[in-house]
Amino acid sequence: MTRPSADLLPGRTAPAGPSASASPVLSVRDVRITDRASGREIVHGVSFDLPPGRTVGIVGESGSGKTLTCRATLGILPPHFEVSDGTIEIDGTDISTLTPARWTELRGATISAVFQDPASYLNPSVRVGAQIAEVLRVKRGLKRREARERAVELLRAVHLRDPELVYAQYTYELSGGMLQRVLIAAAIAAGPRILIADEATTALDVTVQAEILDLLADLRERTGLALVVVSHDLAVVAQLCDEVLVMRGGEVLEQGPTRTVLGAPRHDYTKLLIAEHEQYGLEKFLDLKETP
Amino acid sequence: MTRPPHTPPAAGAEENPPPVLEVTGLDVHYGPRRRRRQALHGVSLSVAPAETVGIIGETGSGKSTLARAVLGLVPASAGSILIDGENVTAHRDRQWRALRRRGVVQYVFQDPLRSLDPDLTIEDSLVEPLLVRGVARQEAVGRARTLLDRVRLSDGLLTRLPGELSGGQRQRVAVARALITEPRLVVLDEPVSALDSANRVQILEILKELGASGVALVFISHDLGSVAGVADRVAVLYRGELVESGTARDVVGSPRHAYTRLLVGSAPTLRGARTDRARRAELRELLDA
Repeated sequence: MTRPSADLLPGRTAPAGPSASASPVLSVRDVRITDRASGREIVHGVSFDLPPGRTVGIVGESGSGKTLTCRATLGILPPHFEVSDGTIEIDGTDISTLTPARWTELRGATISAVFQDPASYLNPSVRVGAQIAEVLRVKRGLKRREARERAVELLRAVHLRDPELVYAQYTYELSGGMLQRVLIAAAIAAGPRILIADEATTALDVTVQAEILDLLADLRERTGLALVVVSHDLAVVAQLCDEVLVMRGGEVLEQGPTRTVLGAPRHDYTKLLIAEHEQYGLEKFLDLKETP
Repeated sequence: MTRPPHTPPAAGAEENPPPVLEVTGLDVHYGPRRRRRQALHGVSLSVAPAETVGIIGETGSGKSTLARAVLGLVPASAGSILIDGENVTAHRDRQWRALRRRGVVQYVFQDPLRSLDPDLTIEDSLVEPLLVRGVARQEAVGRARTLLDRVRLSDGLLTRLPGELSGGQRQRVAVARALITEPRLVVLDEPVSALDSANRVQILEILKELGASGVALVFISHDLGSVAGVADRVAVLYRGELVESGTARDVVGSPRHAYTRLLVGSAPTLRGARTDRARRAELRELLDA
């Protein structure tokens, strides 16, 4: 790794100005995913480009293909699923050409992910800090002591109070929101350029969800991290994303700048999602306040 | 409480109907003496007949403890609870059983499998509380059909087991079961949290109709939007205390307590809220101080 040792956070510094024109770190081109067992195509063509420091959101209910799309970009499709057509490029490299060894190098160091249930991705019998330190030793070749110091820095960077204490704690001693921060710290430990957050805040209280979304926005701005945010909740995606894809039944029904998709939805399904949100959302109360 | 108590709807000063639920200065503690923790601090709450009161709280706020205390499932260490005028604070199990048998107060939990016996058909689950009270089976089944209709389910489900229904259907059966004894009060603890958006909206619509039909509801949830859309009055529970209460419009539109402000500022809206980040950070600091 050739990276200045002085940077507090891993990753690159944020590119100056709007980065939409920068070359994408993740490029997904008409990707189709097929279940080989049944021969059925499950995802029918997804395309998007993700430049550094930008965020793309994928919205859809369970079974929409949003998680399969993420897993394909991470090279971890479940058994007998395969990318049957289209290409995925990470930092200019077509992932279909990657050997298992190259994949191991890439994961964590270039592309990383956090999922819904943080506890199931951490070892309950190992102190959480040691699990972050392990990533640093394996991925960045740090010595035991450096790795420990860096892990504490990372815990501080994800706004955990008393990072020294958290370092020495086990998963059962931490709340869901704290665990998700620990997992984000582990996911960004090796300085990836892309972070996939798949329903990463779904199980959290709304105030904690806002903290995690704020944290992701901070990381994006400070380090130029590119984000893929996957959620069933349109409003969560609206908080963070520049571009949004609305998926259902493996199909992208609508795609475009978040503002356009939310402000002038074209597909009935998008309109339904918006209507359902507005019916029991806070907007109507906030509007009452704003109109004198 | 930072606001004066709210007047129940449609009630003149003299002819205020007595509240269905009156909780005064409720404290609840958990744990053995040395590690005793206080879950509720001096909670006071009054629910008028036909009123829907929403309680907003997040993990650890004490909202489920409040539901359990009102249902007699955890003892109060101070304060009093009156249900339909009856002081239940010191009730023993036998007295609670009698109260429950009368069906005055009912409940719906987040997981409908917890309020439905998995081995009983939907029909048996629905009619059992009536049979216990000596209602003839035929009449009870007729009533079960009416209630299924009210929660928008087909009476074809009567012969099914809870495991054969979808989560949304099960939760609607749980609501029907809660209503079959014609209770004065139904306590709902996170009734829509496990449901997807379409099912959630459907249950909330049913709850709105119920409120209009005369039963009093205590609707407990972490989701401000759900509660505000259904409840006449909203109370915010934070660290075991009710920190604010008022109409949904007041509480959401002009929240006063720092926690309520954080809660409103944290709820994701379709507008995007990047600019609110600094304000949220300030409020968090204020609450931690």
